[in-house]
Amino acid sequence: MTQYVFYFLSFLAILSALMVVFSKNPIHSVLYLVLTFFAIAGHYVLLNAQFLAVVHIVVYAGAIMVLFLYVLMLLNLNVDAEPVKKNWVKFAGVLSGGLLMLTLVATFHKAETMPLIQDNPEIGVTANLGKILFNEFALPFEISSVLLLSAMIGAIMLSKKDTKK
Amino acid sequence: MENYYLFKIILVVALFVVSLVVAMYSTFAERKISALMQDRLGPNRAGPFGLLQPLADGIKMFMKEEIIPNVSNKTLFILGPCLAMTTALMAGVLIPWGGKVEFMGKPYDLQVTDLNIGVLYIFGVTSLGVYGIMIGGWASNNKYSLMGAIRASAQMISYEIAMGLAIIALIMSTGTMSLGEIAAQQDAGLANIVYQPLGFLIFLICAFAELNRAPFDMPESESELIGGYHTEYSSMKLGLFLFAEYINMFISSAVIVTFYFGGYNFPFQNEINEALGLSTNMATALGTLVMFGKIFFFIFFFMWIRWTLPRFRYDQLMRLGWKSLIPLAILNILITGVVMWMNGKLN
Repeated sequence: MTQYVFYFLSFLAILSALMVVFSKNPIHSVLYLVLTFFAIAGHYVLLNAQFLAVVHIVVYAGAIMVLFLYVLMLLNLNVDAEPVKKNWVKFAGVLSGGLLMLTLVATFHKAETMPLIQDNPEIGVTANLGKILFNEFALPFEISSVLLLSAMIGAIMLSKKDTKK
Repeated sequence: MENYYLFKIILVVALFVVSLVVAMYSTFAERKISALMQDRLGPNRAGPFGLLQPLADGIKMFMKEEIIPNVSNKTLFILGPCLAMTTALMAGVLIPWGGKVEFMGKPYDLQVTDLNIGVLYIFGVTSLGVYGIMIGGWASNNKYSLMGAIRASAQMISYEIAMGLAIIALIMSTGTMSLGEIAAQQDAGLANIVYQPLGFLIFLICAFAELNRAPFDMPESESELIGGYHTEYSSMKLGLFLFAEYINMFISSAVIVTFYFGGYNFPFQNEINEALGLSTNMATALGTLVMFGKIFFFIFFFMWIRWTLPRFRYDQLMRLGWKSLIPLAILNILITGVVMWMNGKLN
């Protein structure tokens, strides 16, 4: 049962990820990306990480993608408005993409596959996750929160009106 | 095990039907209440006291001509109201509608499922609710609709933050994210409103904003934007948008009741149940009735506010969300923490 769900979610994730790239309309791309996020959240649930799954949905599908959609709707991009790139840009894109692909293939070829060990089904429960985050990983957690705070302040500073003029 | 699935399937279907019926009669209640507030009679032609009015409205909605604008994006135009309806119906599964029910000799909870991330799930579903409005508004290819969609998304994102912070204080004081447990905890002691008065107020205001109800109905403000995001919609697709709003109102009233007003619990319930000598099922039915009473009060409250207060201006709305509610919600978290620390509940 779980296996079939896994294959279905993987198929959905890969298909919608491809559709993100191949859709001509940017709004469609964003919506396919939202679908991809849902498929990935489904994978998290399969791995007993419910908290991660639901936060993934809240943050990415619920907030970030809404903002993406918001900006795209304001820009109102049309299919014919898509800029035509120069040939050397296309070539560079293909080359770098191919290099990334090569690296990934090499990595996964060499990687050892390990069976998934789920000795503790309670591992993804929020309380346990919170305890681990605030005890063992307190420092990295706090540092990343400072990073987010500085990014927020930076965004506010950038969007603030210049009062000197 | 088969009984378990049978019970859950019955519960899901019942929940679906109840949500739709409540939403149907909420439209009727809205018209009657607005009539009451404006010293009118309201709908009184279809059936006794106009009670068949929602049915007539429903038939009218289905019979109207369906128009899909030529220039709009057809797939997304149809997807919009479908998404709005789907997300509206998704949150109800987590709400505990009552205590234990004996079904074929075994006790079950009157709740479709009790996730240990229940509160977050509700939060996630609310945040997805905006997609229907945004997609529908954009796909209409109409400037008014687009404005409505953009307002809806900006408003949702702004008020979600304050709502999330208010929920964090609630999670701190209850110590759980499961809605079943939150409701059960208020069984013996006081309802959560006593511990979280400020949190409740913030949550309620944010619920108004998330529901796009007046005074926060900027996305569809009819005097500025014709009909906002559903200007181009007709027939049942418009009906789905309107219905989704009423179902959302029902579900968020249920969430407010579960979070802050004891859910299916009521004062002296054990004594009353003992005095009346009620069986488990009857006691649960009584609890569910009480819960629905509370829910109907909140639905009435939503309508009461709508027909009393004028609409905000958009900058006022943003200022209230970012400059008042979010700092207040953070203060609420701080107070909750300090009080818990003084009572020795933190360890």
